[in-house]
Amino acid sequence: MSTTDISPRAPSRLKRRAKGFAGLLLALAATFLGLLLVTFVISRVVPIDPVLSIVGERASQAQIEAARTRLGLDRPMWEQFGIYVMNAVQGDLGQSLLTRRPVAEDVARVFPATLELATIATIFGVLAGVPAGVLAATRPGTWIDQLVRLIGLAGYSMPVFWLGLMGLLLFYGILGWVGGPGRLDSGFEMMFEFDVPRVTGMILVDTALAGKWDIFANAVSHIILPAGVLGYYSMAYISRMTRSFMMNELSQEYITTARVKGMPEWRVIWVHALKNVMVPLITVIALSYANLLEGSVLTETVFAWPGLGLYITNALFNADMPAVLGGTVVVGAVFVGLNMLSDVLYRLVDPRAK
Amino acid sequence: MTSVSPFRKTGLAFAAALMLGAAPAALMAATPADTLVIADGIDDIVSIDPAEAFEFSGTDLINNVYDTLVELDPLKPGELVPGLAESWSVSDDGLTFTFKMKSGVTFSSGNPVTAADAAWSLQRVVKLDKTPAFILTQFGLKADNVEQMIRAEGDSVVMTIAKPFAPSMVFNCLTAQLASVIDMKTVMANEVNGDMGNEWLKSNSAGTGAYVLRSYKPQDSYVLEAREGHWRGDAKLKRVFMRHVSEPATQRLLLEKGDIDVARGLSTTDIEGISGNADLQVMDDLDGYIYYLAMNQKKEPLNNPKVLEAMRYLVDYDGMVNSFLKGQMIVQQSFLPRGYLGALEDTPYTFDVAKAKALLAEAGFPDGFTTTLSVRNDPARLEMAQAIQNTLGQAGIKVELKPGAGAEVLGDYRARNHEITLQAWGPDYPDPHTNASTFAWNPNNTDDAKLTGVLAWRNAYDPGELTGMVDAAVQERDTEKRRAMYQEIQQKHRDTSAFISMFQSIAQTAMRANVQGFHTGGTLDGVTYWLTTK
Repeated sequence: MSTTDISPRAPSRLKRRAKGFAGLLLALAATFLGLLLVTFVISRVVPIDPVLSIVGERASQAQIEAARTRLGLDRPMWEQFGIYVMNAVQGDLGQSLLTRRPVAEDVARVFPATLELATIATIFGVLAGVPAGVLAATRPGTWIDQLVRLIGLAGYSMPVFWLGLMGLLLFYGILGWVGGPGRLDSGFEMMFEFDVPRVTGMILVDTALAGKWDIFANAVSHIILPAGVLGYYSMAYISRMTRSFMMNELSQEYITTARVKGMPEWRVIWVHALKNVMVPLITVIALSYANLLEGSVLTETVFAWPGLGLYITNALFNADMPAVLGGTVVVGAVFVGLNMLSDVLYRLVDPRAK
Repeated sequence: MTSVSPFRKTGLAFAAALMLGAAPAALMAATPADTLVIADGIDDIVSIDPAEAFEFSGTDLINNVYDTLVELDPLKPGELVPGLAESWSVSDDGLTFTFKMKSGVTFSSGNPVTAADAAWSLQRVVKLDKTPAFILTQFGLKADNVEQMIRAEGDSVVMTIAKPFAPSMVFNCLTAQLASVIDMKTVMANEVNGDMGNEWLKSNSAGTGAYVLRSYKPQDSYVLEAREGHWRGDAKLKRVFMRHVSEPATQRLLLEKGDIDVARGLSTTDIEGISGNADLQVMDDLDGYIYYLAMNQKKEPLNNPKVLEAMRYLVDYDGMVNSFLKGQMIVQQSFLPRGYLGALEDTPYTFDVAKAKALLAEAGFPDGFTTTLSVRNDPARLEMAQAIQNTLGQAGIKVELKPGAGAEVLGDYRARNHEITLQAWGPDYPDPHTNASTFAWNPNNTDDAKLTGVLAWRNAYDPGELTGMVDAAVQERDTEKRRAMYQEIQQKHRDTSAFISMFQSIAQTAMRANVQGFHTGGTLDGVTYWLTTK
């Protein structure tokens, strides 16, 4: 974090930074440990026996006991937790009971799908939500304001499942403008699977790197609709928040001063006021982005999108603890990472934060 | 949709710009001509190692990648045909089975298939002792004797069993996917910590089947690629691409648009919705699932025979099948699914509240009683449970529904903690013993016996003479006599047991009109891809 600072000054500051950095690391470790502990305890009190999920209904008692021992589930809970944390610290998140693969490998497979979707959805949300919020704030009480409010409320209250299906029906089923459920058409999916080197796991990025523009275009046609649906939700939230931040800012004295000085209204709003709104807005955007990065189970189900949300939910329902914990670590890391990123961005947009 | 349109204009302004470039690509929706694209829920797969796989999606995959010594022919249901064995014989005492191997067959690695591979593959199942291993170990095979009991002798595999069984039973068990012949050299070259290749076979295949596993992504997809020069004749389609799509409405859209060729998980509503579409066809197959109610015999008054009898008249079998289960289930009131040796097709019980009330009064419960019904929280089962709650209520039996996650309800059931539970049971191998030995057989009803795999035990139900009858039926060498024995067991069972068998499920497969030769395997076998054309 300190390395991103753009204004190196006195050495005493460097020292302060180092101290701050150590504190941050400590806070991070505590956050993760707490996160893991809570998830772990919850997982152990739910009335689901993970062994049953893997050995199946027909297993004999002996097979069940053998599996329990093999998975270490016969040990005391604190010991299981200790072993898990020790391994996790060394980078080993264990093996998923359901997929029988290392959790890290599973997460590396499903997270890029979610990351790609969430990123584009957030871009949609910001590009639509911020201007909508500003427009509403500068014309309070007018039909524009009402319209933005209506759209925002609709975004909050419409079930994503329904919206996704309706979107698919219209834009894919009837109009044929977009690709269907899944990340690619079947033919392209196999081309991607066998002919494109895996770098990030994000189809848009990997196909662009490999110069496979036909697959890229197909991926775009598939991601637009789910990203649009998720983006709508984030837009609804972002536009409401932008509006209230902006209203607050526009009543400040420096705005009046700027106006009195004869500054053009667009400049007052889009440069002066918006710049100050950016600080709280960054937090809002980062939070909404982080929410999307957890993965949205319903969207992923409707769009047959093999992402993190489905993975964690599936794991939860089968008490697949290593997978749940692994997923939790990733989600936790995302929240922490985005928090730090917005910290950095504050400093960039707001000189006072230095 | 009307309330959405204002947003749509705004939100899609950005989308539209991006879409312009993508539209031509999006229009190319048809599936590749040489590939069969299927959508199904495949997150039930735990393993694709034949010795471990026991879920539908996994055994379907294995059916196309591996072969067994003897097989069921998808074109002649129920008939035993040669697989990797060209002929077989049974000794006079019924204990020794000899299979002569076909010559000239190779594994996908190029290694020739030998009797040693076949013997090792069966030994491996017993030694690994994963969930489905009982299908072989029930013949008295154990890890410490299996090398003597199953051995390669020249070009033959010789299997000896510990006590006599009906030969049809032994052969039927050997058609199950766990008896697949595996490439010993290839698999043992990938052994880790003495696991006999179990780890490696989770993402690779080493068989003789018409297809080879090209990629497998858990909860996502798998791709099979056809082999050239397969002993059975090459598969018609070069690739099979299975996509995990759990949402039925999504499967339907994909099928209607031609983005997939086969959809295996449509709901009744979706099937009705596509019925007028000339581009699509629907194939109905009975599958082996029996939906039943089970009453824990440790709970009063569910252990009262009169109460049980009354309950048999309090399920509206026809009412459900003619309404929300239409097309999905048929009424089947005994424990063997139709298609199995000895299955009964008559349905003596009907919904009759008056008769049930009289029986309850006789039992000493003229005003009914209060109980609970645990059920897995999937929509179809919940709907069934609600209907049953309603009809039991009409005779005064007040039922509280206890919905739960699959593993939770199952855990409760295996621990003998439920009162009434609504469950489904699919056969493990294509022989009547598979269901008889769980519904009507319980040699030790004590808690300590922990026969958790046996349904009768889970309900603390002692089948009495039926246990002995099941033991006798599985040893009967005359098939017609054997059939009659299972019929008698079922007749007694459906009138006296702690179970109410209600329905047998129908698998509805929706396909594009050009897809031909897709066989789901029905009640007895797994799915066959290699005969499919489009």
